[in-house]
Amino acid sequence: MEAPTVRGEMFDTNELVINMGPQHPSTHGVLRVVLRLDGEKVVDTDVIIGYLHRGIEKLSENRNWTQIILLTDRMDYVAAATNNVGYCETVEKLMSLEVPRRARYVRTLLCELQRIASHCLWLGTHAMDIGAMTVFLYAFRERELILDLFEEFCGARLTYNSMRIGGLPMDVPSGWDKKVLEFCKIMDSKLDEYEELLTHNRIWIERTKNVGVLTAAEAIDLGLSGPPLRGSGVPRDVRKDEPYAAYDEMEFDVPIGTAGDTYDRYLVRIEEFRQSLRIIRQATEGLPEGPIVGKVPRLIKPPAGETYHAIESPKGELGYFIVSDGKSTNPYRFRVRPPSFCNLQALRRMVRGHLVADVVALIGSLDVVLGEVDR
Amino acid sequence: MIDGFVIPLLKIVIVLNATLVGVTYMVLLERKVIAWAQSRLGPMRVGPHGILQPIADAVKLMLKEDITPARADKWVFTVAPIISMVPALIVYAVIPFGPEVSLFGRQVTLYITDINVGLLYIVSVASVGVYGIILAGYASNSKFPLLASLRASAQLISYEVAVTLTLVSVVLMSGTLSMVGIVRAQESAHLWFAFAQPLAFGIFVIGSLAETNRAPFDLPEAEQELTGGFHTEYSGMRFALFFLAEYANMIVVSSVATTLFFGGWLRPFPNWAALSFLDFIPSWTWFLIKSFVFLYFFVWVRATLPRYRYDQLMRLGWKLLIPLAIANLVLTGIIRVALL
Repeated sequence: MEAPTVRGEMFDTNELVINMGPQHPSTHGVLRVVLRLDGEKVVDTDVIIGYLHRGIEKLSENRNWTQIILLTDRMDYVAAATNNVGYCETVEKLMSLEVPRRARYVRTLLCELQRIASHCLWLGTHAMDIGAMTVFLYAFRERELILDLFEEFCGARLTYNSMRIGGLPMDVPSGWDKKVLEFCKIMDSKLDEYEELLTHNRIWIERTKNVGVLTAAEAIDLGLSGPPLRGSGVPRDVRKDEPYAAYDEMEFDVPIGTAGDTYDRYLVRIEEFRQSLRIIRQATEGLPEGPIVGKVPRLIKPPAGETYHAIESPKGELGYFIVSDGKSTNPYRFRVRPPSFCNLQALRRMVRGHLVADVVALIGSLDVVLGEVDR
Repeated sequence: MIDGFVIPLLKIVIVLNATLVGVTYMVLLERKVIAWAQSRLGPMRVGPHGILQPIADAVKLMLKEDITPARADKWVFTVAPIISMVPALIVYAVIPFGPEVSLFGRQVTLYITDINVGLLYIVSVASVGVYGIILAGYASNSKFPLLASLRASAQLISYEVAVTLTLVSVVLMSGTLSMVGIVRAQESAHLWFAFAQPLAFGIFVIGSLAETNRAPFDLPEAEQELTGGFHTEYSGMRFALFFLAEYANMIVVSSVATTLFFGGWLRPFPNWAALSFLDFIPSWTWFLIKSFVFLYFFVWVRATLPRYRYDQLMRLGWKLLIPLAIANLVLTGIIRVALL
């Protein structure tokens, strides 16, 4: 970043360079944003990442195929189950494995529960950044219910390790589906509660409307995916366009925004809550009987070749690119396309010309998880 | 001797201590009420239902290490919290908690003093408090506090205008600047001024939220943006002074609102004989109940609303509240002249 420039002759009006993060309450972890301010207006920003880099991609090249599932948990740690699904499906694609229908249904179910949990965390922190602190605790209260469901399913509450290549590690406990449906009922009414606090709140609308506007073309140019892309009016959703798991058998809509501002991204995610509940209901009620693991060889050793497979994680398009040399029991090359990293690229363009208070709103609006940005 | 010296001194000691205790319990009230709003319990460990939490907090803050940043302006850094705290306390000198009562066979007024420019005194002294915030931000020699203190000065000055204009409308109604006089005027008018001046009351409430740096106008401390704002660099008792000043100011604003708009120590409908059975309740209780309602409202708002942005806050102040306050003032003047 070049030295601050001096403008004007009478007064010494330097630009103020301030460092937001890596320890800052609203940068959602360890994101560092260097802001150049003119008064309170942001002239330019530099987004600095890498504080949470653990080398997951390189580590994976030295683990066997099953051990990697555990590492994928640690990328987007608020949506571990979707990471697992993405990875397992990529390996299955590489090995041309058939996954039983019941397993695919449960995967869909878990993915959508995970989406709601992740969106709850997003909603809470986003509202908190804008100053509405009560929504934060309400959203976490409902997220807790999902974590309880996950705990009952696989014993873990955050990093689930809940998938296996070819299917699932264990069947869902008996009576679990009833609890899921009960949760759906609770969540329906709680969503209205969130909306009462925010959607029609004048301050909320003023804080989010016309803030960080991205046109559809800009959003595509920046390579955005997920709710930030759909908020700009591009109806791209991997679940619809390239269905995986059991999404081809589900009925749901893809909500899109019109203006591409923070408010639209908010509305898109709120509607996604409802669509996820719709999918969860269908998947639970139509849960087929049958095995939960397909025909998987004892030693997982995919044939030589490479493949890319993407799923729709709560943050956007989560893709895995894996190369197997066909000889060893670990991948030759392992690469992730993390939605948070790609979406974060939009921050610099969005904050320019806005105020300091909008920076935190925009970081929240992109919904990045630093574990996934840095890996 | 006793009337001129001992009793006023006693009153000062009582009011000062009551205020400080009130302030610490205001913190507990805020934590409790917000916790209930957020389906939590709030402080529960110190004493039954956390009732002793303020004492634990006070002890903790006093024992904490008091850090002065190496590059801070040491004198200003020390003075800033004091400048913040002192005006918030001396304002209580003119707040009437009740009328004259007889206590141990002696006529005692339930206020420290009643000066004929009481309201002017409150407005001018209370506005000194903002210097504490400005100086704190400047003296810290740190960027986030500096931004916060710039916000604070702009915000407090612009809202001061709107609030003071509404106070002038009330003075037009009562014909006096004395706080006791204003309550007496409401008694003789058989009307709480909140009902005669609803617009002024609304502007006063919004403006006072902004003046006391409370949500949704808590920009100078905006934790999520400025990591604590002007008191980022403060610790221990100096930080506590800022905190106490903020809550003391809230109580001041509530007391002023009670006195000006809700009839101070008067019981509801003081001219209705049917309600005279309420007279056994001491007058200061009414004052405390009314103030408490305002304080509760402050906390409630904080639990509910998001925060305004700096430019929106200024727009609301200058483009909406001040014109409305001026219009209200002119209208009040015209009606007063037409009626007299």
